[in-house]
Amino acid sequence: MTALVSLQTVTRDFGSLRAVDRVSFEVRKGEVLGFLGPNGAGKSTTMKMITGFLTPSAGSITVCGHDVVREGLRARREIGYLPEGAPAYGDMTPLAFLGFVAEVRGLAGSTRMAALERAIRLARIGEVVEQRIETLSKGFKRRVGLAQAILHDPPVLVLDEPTDGLDPNQKHEVRSLIQEMSAHKAIIISTHILEEVEAVCSRAIIIAHGRVLAEGHPEGEGWQFGEVYAEPGRLDAAFRRITQEAHPGASPLSGDATEVEDEAGDAA
Amino acid sequence: MTALIAIFRRELQAYFATPLAYVFSVVFLFVNGIFTFYVGQFFSRGQADLVSFFTFHPWLYLFFVPAVAMRLWAEERKSGTIELLLTLPVGIGAAVLGKFLAAWVFIGLALTGTLPLWLTVNWLGSPDNGVILAGYLGSFLMAGAYLAIGGCLSAITANQVIAFVVAVLVCFLFTVSGAPMVMSFFTGWAPQVLVDAIASFSFLTHFTGIVNGVIDLRDLIYFLSVMALWLFATAVIVDLKKAS
Repeated sequence: MTALVSLQTVTRDFGSLRAVDRVSFEVRKGEVLGFLGPNGAGKSTTMKMITGFLTPSAGSITVCGHDVVREGLRARREIGYLPEGAPAYGDMTPLAFLGFVAEVRGLAGSTRMAALERAIRLARIGEVVEQRIETLSKGFKRRVGLAQAILHDPPVLVLDEPTDGLDPNQKHEVRSLIQEMSAHKAIIISTHILEEVEAVCSRAIIIAHGRVLAEGHPEGEGWQFGEVYAEPGRLDAAFRRITQEAHPGASPLSGDATEVEDEAGDAA
Repeated sequence: MTALIAIFRRELQAYFATPLAYVFSVVFLFVNGIFTFYVGQFFSRGQADLVSFFTFHPWLYLFFVPAVAMRLWAEERKSGTIELLLTLPVGIGAAVLGKFLAAWVFIGLALTGTLPLWLTVNWLGSPDNGVILAGYLGSFLMAGAYLAIGGCLSAITANQVIAFVVAVLVCFLFTVSGAPMVMSFFTGWAPQVLVDAIASFSFLTHFTGIVNGVIDLRDLIYFLSVMALWLFATAVIVDLKKAS
């Protein structure tokens, strides 16, 4: 089966800073790719390039066979994207906001109604659709963003930290939703919550300082990242070993990555 | 095209979703009234026309239009919705045009709030309605030109206050380059060609012509090309500055 998303030696510079450095990978239908990395590793930048918000400095990206730079509109039609922080127009209600996105995406009439109904049901935002988005809790805002991403039932989903700010129950719901949809889509999610990778991903890429450090997949009970094997529930140790080996001395974990450092076990 | 219309509608509704539209319209009409009746001496001129009304429009727009324009892109950038908007299947041109047209129509609606004034002069006397219609057309076009400038400067920054201040300044330059004060500074020593060139850049020069009832094609083209130029610049800036 051909890949729905394909990155080839994608590089992005911001001035003299190289945010993403020759990243290549593919995602096929039915796969959920977890994009792991410390904050500032280049996860969001990579996602912004896949979704056409940023242009790669070098390399190429195709989505469903369309080059995201040369055939941007076509590529973007195939993608549902939840940007980091789930931005939405605060002065609108979720219903009006989703209606707007549907209209821009060219959904009309009964198709549009069905799409709205489905997205609202799947994202479980039925109770707040008439409230202004700016008055909603963080969890609901995130789910409005998610509803917007899955609205047109796209073959490719790019979700930047989809469970950030959700409580444990909501996290579980969103993960189940991702799993439900995964059979018919290529899904890329970024996260720094390692249990999420075990919960929903069929493959994972660890990225730090803009470079892919390791690619992993479930192996037996745990996960295999190249040479490193992670026991079930011990992904954090493998993650730290990989990211710190790459940059000895410097702690790649910063900011709110402390949740990863908690309960740190020895190297697996 | 459907995307452009969707963006246009969303933007226009956004004005009325907050008190912005109402506050803006009321203040705009109020200030317009003050200038027309007190400063412009609408009654004591004893003439059934709206010259005292239109004369002040360039100066009112100088502040009112950048106030509308400042949020156009700066707000999108600040709230992060620009990432959402530009990753939808929308061309940058459609996004820029949709937002601009919505703001322009909004200003147009505020302008139609002054129509009672038109009815009043018709009741008081018999004005040349063709001239008044031309005045409204010129005023609307000029507002569009101010708006295109303000929108472009709003795309440069995420800070609405900076967008507003810089827009007022640039609009001011575009306005005063034809004011008598500036013109008299140049006439006498500068070659006539230069004086004419400076004057021809001014909104005042082109606006005054239209308000006096002379709809010269060159004046229309002037305003439309000012808009086109600044809108094009806006598209380029939005595209270049997406990341920052």
